[in-house]
This record gives sequence, C-alpha cells and structure tokens, in this order.
Amino acid sequence: MSLLRVTDLQVHYGAINALKGVSLEVEEGSLVTLIGANGAGKTTLLNTISGAVPGSAGSILFRGDEILNELPHLITRRGIAHVPEGRKIFGELTVEDNLRVGAYVQKDKKRINTLIERNYELFPRLAERRRQEGGSLSGGEQQMLAIARGLMSDPTLLLLDEPSLGLAPILVEMVFELIKEINGLGVSVLLVEQNANIALQTATFGYVLETGRITLADNAAALLNNKAVQNAYLGVG
Amino acid sequence: MSIKPFHALREKASLFIRRHRITTALVVALFLLSLPYVLTSAYHLRVATLVGIYVLLVSGLNVIIGFTGMFSLGHAAFYGIGAYTSAMLTTMAGWNFWLALPVAGIVAGAFGTLIGLATLRLRRVFLAFTTLGFGEIIRILILNLRSFTRGPMGISGIPIPRILGWTFTGRGYYYLILVLATVTVATIYRMYHSRVGRALIAIREDETAASSMGINVFGYKVLAFTVGCFFAGIAGSYFAHFQRYISAESFANLESFAIITMLALGGTGSIIGPILGSTILVLIPEIFRFLMQYRGVIYGLTLIVVIVYRPGGLANVKGVFEKPKPPKRPGKGRFSFGRRRTVVIPGETV
Repeated sequence: MSLLRVTDLQVHYGAINALKGVSLEVEEGSLVTLIGANGAGKTTLLNTISGAVPGSAGSILFRGDEILNELPHLITRRGIAHVPEGRKIFGELTVEDNLRVGAYVQKDKKRINTLIERNYELFPRLAERRRQEGGSLSGGEQQMLAIARGLMSDPTLLLLDEPSLGLAPILVEMVFELIKEINGLGVSVLLVEQNANIALQTATFGYVLETGRITLADNAAALLNNKAVQNAYLGVG
Repeated sequence: MSIKPFHALREKASLFIRRHRITTALVVALFLLSLPYVLTSAYHLRVATLVGIYVLLVSGLNVIIGFTGMFSLGHAAFYGIGAYTSAMLTTMAGWNFWLALPVAGIVAGAFGTLIGLATLRLRRVFLAFTTLGFGEIIRILILNLRSFTRGPMGISGIPIPRILGWTFTGRGYYYLILVLATVTVATIYRMYHSRVGRALIAIREDETAASSMGINVFGYKVLAFTVGCFFAGIAGSYFAHFQRYISAESFANLESFAIITMLALGGTGSIIGPILGSTILVLIPEIFRFLMQYRGVIYGLTLIVVIVYRPGGLANVKGVFEKPKPPKRPGKGRFSFGRRRTVVIPGETV
C-alpha cells in the first residue's frame, strides 16, 4: 500500500475545472516530483491534499484513510506537512518562534527541542539567526525556514510547493541538496516544481501535469530523457 | 513635526527599564498604590479608576485585533452586555456584586463565543461590518427590551460593592480596578508568551500557513474573541457598580471607536500599548475639559494620525495597522537591529 494515493481527483473554482481527474501515488520513503507549467494545477493539487482547497470528486487516501476535504489542521496531525508556495513564514516571529509554531502539533517539550536541534543541524544558517525576526531573513534563508518549519511537525509526508521560487541558481542547488538529505532521513516528499530540470534530477519518480490532467508518469531519469518533456520543459531540442 | 527626539527618549527609557527591571516594577507599583493618597480630590481618583476600566477593555480588544488580526468594531456591545447583566442581577434578582462580576464576564464571553461561531469565518472588512451591526443591535435591544433593561430610562440604584461589612469608597473602587487590571494584563501577557499566543499570531500573519502548521484556525479565533469579550464583560460589570447608573448610550458604537482609538494609539499587538493608550485618551478630554464636546473629534483625529504616521502606535510594535513592509531604514524602532540584513551568499536574490 502506498503512503499517499490520489484517485480521479477533481477540483473546481466556481465554474472553472482546475483538476480534471488527477491520479498519483507516493510510496513510503520516496521523493516524487510533479512538474508542469504555470496554471497546470500543481499548487491546487497540493492545497487539496493539505485541505486548504476543497475537492469536488475523487479520493485522497493517506495510509489507507480517506482525507479528502478533512480540516487542514487535522490533516497536519496525521503527518502531512505542507510548505506553501511563496514560503509564507511568520515575519513578525523570530526564527525560533517560527519553528515552535511549526511544532504546534507536538505536545512534548523535549521532543520539540530535539526537533529544533535537528533542524539547526540541517540548516546551520537558521541556528545563527535564531533570535532574528523571520521577515528579516533573505529569500534563501526564508525558504530554509519554511522547510524547517514544515519538518517541525515530524511529518511522514512533506509537500513542497516551488521551493526554487525566486532563488538564485546557487541557492536552488543548495535547497535541493537539503531536500535530498531530508528524504534520506526517511521523510517521503511530494515536490511541485516549475524548474523541471533540477526537480527531475533530485526525484526518483515524476509526474507531468498539463491543464488539470496527468499526461506522463515515469521514473525521473526516464522523464529527463523523454523527448516531449525535453521539448516542453527542459528547453532542449 | 519631527518625532526624532521622541524616538531617542523612548529608546533611552526602554533601555533603562530593561536594565533596572525590579526597580522599575517597584517604582510603578509604589506609584499606583500610593496614588489614592496623592490625588486628594475625589474627582481625580474617579478619573484614575476610569483609566483602569479602559485598560481592561482595550487589553481585551487587543487579544482580538492586535494578536489575532480580527477587526471587531463592536467591542462596546460586550461591555454593555457585562454592565447590564451585572446591573440586572444585583438590582432585580438581589445578587451580590462579587458573584455578579464573574457572571457578567462569563455571559459577555458566552455572547462572544456565539457571535464568534456565527461570524468568524468572515474575514477583514466583512467581519468589521458584522460586528459593527451587532453593536447597533445590542444598543437597540437595550432600548427596547423594557421589561429587562428599563429601556431608555436606564438602570439606576445599582448597589455599591461591600466587602466584610465595609462599603466601597473612592479608594476601594480604585484598588479593586487596580487588581482587576493587573490580573487582566498579567493573564494576557502569559497567554501571549504561550503556545496559544504563538498560534494567535500565526493566524494574524497568515491563516493558510497557520492551518498547515496544524493550528485549528477557527477554534482559536473563537477562543481569542471569547477571551476579549470576557474581559469587556468584567469591565462592564465594574463600570455599572462604579457609575451606579447605566443606559444604552454608554455602550453605543462611539464607545467601540473610543476603545479602538486607544488601542491604535497605544499600539496593537503590544502588552504595554493598551495601558498607554487608555491612560492618554482618558486623561486628555479630562484635562482639557473645555474640549469635552469635541471628544469624538479628538478620537477620530488621533486614529487618523496614528494610522498614517505611526501605525505601530506608541509602543511601536508591528501590529495590524502596519503597511506591507517597505525596506526598513536601520536604526529606527525597537527591532531595528533585526532589520539590517546581512547578505552572506553572493549573487543571491530576494
């Protein structure tokens, strides 16, 4: 049984049909990416999984339980952490308080401190900035903070939305190295990206989403060599 | 008008306070405790007591607006509910003040929960309109439910609190509101620095992100609203027994705006702000007595000036009136050291 199984998911924004029957799977421990152009429905899919946007038909099974249209905070408690597009860190809180808010579902203080320490090991830059307000960090640091905050709920599945957005190439590479490292710790990752190249290099499996439909699904390496993908997303050919 | 000297003064004061915490606390405590013996006129003591009542109201509203970012424009309604609950219980049902006080808080809090459940799914301007409407509904209900509230005649002869056979005097009133205000501010301070407080601020900053942290956004909004209304109810009960006569006009929308102005002037989202705001805006119309008829004008102007020139209020904490952040010049405000960005990685874009 796969960790996450989305079947025939449909989402409507009023009269607009944003997802027209999407199906995908994330196996336990894997790093899966979903690539696609602007407006394909990538963010909508993540938002529906995390409960922020209601789905109109289909099913989302997490460890065999139906979670479609469950309240967002309950979905987080099941072990799904969503790192939203555009980071959305809490600018007025310090770095450490941002992390503590992320650990909101954890009740055990010792556990929270362990998780904070683990994050500081993963992101030494955040340790240096722990007393600084989140809003004063640079773009790359904010992205790291957003990911670190997502990890504070100790999730089984991490949903990452466009972690490369607005970052310089050198930082993009750094962030994706960290994503691999996090995956290595046993956290399954569903990664949504416009930067198809680096996403496919990082992930093990990939899906291509086009205007609300999955058009391709294959091993990431195979997608990298796929002619259609190369033409449409990798700027090759 | 330059506010530079003010900045320097505030910086110095806050530094002094941080260095001499215990001394400052003792001085403030001594000042507040000895005030009734310094202020010899009964009128001055009444004004000081009134400041205390507003500290309760403004601090409560701060939980709603300042921490959680919900624009409630009907806070006076809950103040009125507390006042009328207490007044009716003591004059018509013969209750004791000490029992009526907490019950008034609970009743106002319960109304807060109900209104919250009904309206808090609305955001920003819609919430503001509904609470504004609720304030008006309460005023009209008070005027028309004659058998309970005696309508436009108001309720008079509200009993003076007694304790151990001693009837309250001006000093008694002052010390009681001092205790209530201290407890209120301390409770809200503890709440602010807890898991709950962080959850509320997360909701203010970004509801979507907060809910993906596992925070029950709607539940906490209702909680914050209830807490704010509870303190308004306590303030109302106290006011009823202090004034000994209440009528609907004391709890109209103008009163809600007065409370909001005090909060804005002091600084939304700050602990000390509501204390500063209520003190200044209660004192100004009293000192400039000849301006009393322009009270509404003073409040309105204060609100405009604060929002345009100093959205952080006197406490200068980033609150809800702050505009979307422009790049900050270093060396301004309490958090300026955090705003100076140190870019470590070359070629980085923000």
